[in-house]
Amino acid sequence: MSKVSRQDIEKVARLSRLAFSPEESERFAAQLNSILEYADKINALPTDDIEPTAHGLTLANVFRPDEPRPGLTPDEALANAPETEAQCFKVPPIIQEMG
Amino acid sequence: MTPPPPIPLYDRTIGQLREALDRAETTSVEVTRASLERIEAVEARVRAFITLTPEAALAMAEAADARRRAGERGPLLGVPIGLKDVLCTQGLRTTCGSRILEHFIPPYEATAVARLREAGAVFLGKLNMDEFAMGSSTENSAFQVTRNPWDLERIPGGSSGGSAAAVAAGMCTAALGTDTGGSIRQPAAMCGVVGVKPTYGRVSRYGLVAFASSLDQIGCFARAVADCAPILQTICGHDPLDTTSAPEPAPDFAASFDGDLRGLRFGLPKEYFIEGIDPEVEAAVRAAAGTLADLGAEPAEISLPHTEYAVATYYLCATAEASSNLARYDGAQYGYRARGTTNIIDMFTRTRTEGFGAEVKRRIMLGTYALSAGFYDAYYLKALKVRTLMRRDFEEAFRHVDLVVTPTSPMPAFRLGDKIDDPLQMYLCDVFTIPCNLVGLPGISLPCGLTREHRLPIGLQLLARPFAEATLLRAAHAYEQATDHHRLRPPL
Repeated sequence: MSKVSRQDIEKVARLSRLAFSPEESERFAAQLNSILEYADKINALPTDDIEPTAHGLTLANVFRPDEPRPGLTPDEALANAPETEAQCFKVPPIIQEMG
Repeated sequence: MTPPPPIPLYDRTIGQLREALDRAETTSVEVTRASLERIEAVEARVRAFITLTPEAALAMAEAADARRRAGERGPLLGVPIGLKDVLCTQGLRTTCGSRILEHFIPPYEATAVARLREAGAVFLGKLNMDEFAMGSSTENSAFQVTRNPWDLERIPGGSSGGSAAAVAAGMCTAALGTDTGGSIRQPAAMCGVVGVKPTYGRVSRYGLVAFASSLDQIGCFARAVADCAPILQTICGHDPLDTTSAPEPAPDFAASFDGDLRGLRFGLPKEYFIEGIDPEVEAAVRAAAGTLADLGAEPAEISLPHTEYAVATYYLCATAEASSNLARYDGAQYGYRARGTTNIIDMFTRTRTEGFGAEVKRRIMLGTYALSAGFYDAYYLKALKVRTLMRRDFEEAFRHVDLVVTPTSPMPAFRLGDKIDDPLQMYLCDVFTIPCNLVGLPGISLPCGLTREHRLPIGLQLLARPFAEATLLRAAHAYEQATDHHRLRPPL
């Protein structure tokens, strides 16, 4: 497995919506490398015809009838919001004017 | 001959409190006051609580006393309990040990908490933890360091360190915690108390703030194995609000407590007794195995060949799930929001960068990497296949034994600061507890001795087949009653 580079850190950070200073990126790269190097030991195991286990139980497709039930009121749902307007969560612009 | 002095109310077991309450020798208000006084005496040194709720606790105690006067009875009615701060309590701040939820007030309650409330338990407050349950020492809490009551310069374990310390110090009669890779069992071992993680799916995860959805499970801490039975009885059982909740009904977990372990077979997996384990830990666990044999249980040789891959597998599966679960903390609808941002991406990024601690960021990065294009097959999918291999190891072992007996932790409580700069060293603390979560088994840790020089608790771990908590508790209770470790108290 290739070592994690600073570019990899930057790409993964973008995906994770996290920002790091150059020093932090270096430190993270080193730590992630040592963890991944340790994790690489599982690659030695033959697993070609092994099914993955994503979950401890054998439950699948747990459904309920599509019937409406009481839920949070709008006030309850908005109670922890940093900013609201007209019974909506208010956030900074998503789409911006170019130029 | 003068009778021994009565055990202080704050130090009694659930069973002892129930007796005293049912006989009207005391009231829940008195019991709760005793716990609150104990908290006043020791909390400044232990720092187990993030949020203490004394007035609410006394109100709940009064309500419990009124229910008792009206003729109601129940094992948890009026018993003071603490809750790990990862469990949503309606109307009461729930922080998960993180700045990003520092002021979050849940509009709903975790099912496990609601069931305890219905049973008349008294809630003393919310207990400290590693941020988002990520850690093995509670040093990752954004708010405070919790200290081990047995030695205040040492860690209480993690991530449920506050819960373990509070029970060990007599501040709560019992506490709820959560366990994803050992976060109940390891702090129980470090603090010399009993800690149980039920089979995955036994306890609803509704209202449990998610870290790794296929591994997280709510469980309890207490000072006696028998105390765990009524707590588990109350919180276990199918919940329609959690689609990963097992349909199996909760049996009477204490039905077969009789001290006779004949007919039970147990094994110590040879892969758990490796170089690097503290020799006193090994000696204590082997002595405990001898006690189990004296009680009639039959020892057998077992092997769990894929043990050495457990930590690597866990730190790929759990971090992958965590990276997905923690994506919701973006400042949009609740929690911390970074100020002064001019576009949404900037808001997401700065909120998460400023709101999360280092360990949480590390695990999100690791998980995202393991799931990203080009690495998914090699890391995440591979880890899921190793999980299958580990499940087969245990299935094979359980053809020969009913219980797997191991140390809970390779070492007793280490000093604060010892491992915080070396994440991998910290992760290796979980080597014995992790397999149980990956495979979905029930597990318990209980005290089996103290180290000679520093008098630090050593934990014995028992693992059983899925849904076999009754066997686990029966064996643990028999061992406990045949020894004196459960009577020891920290020198606070």
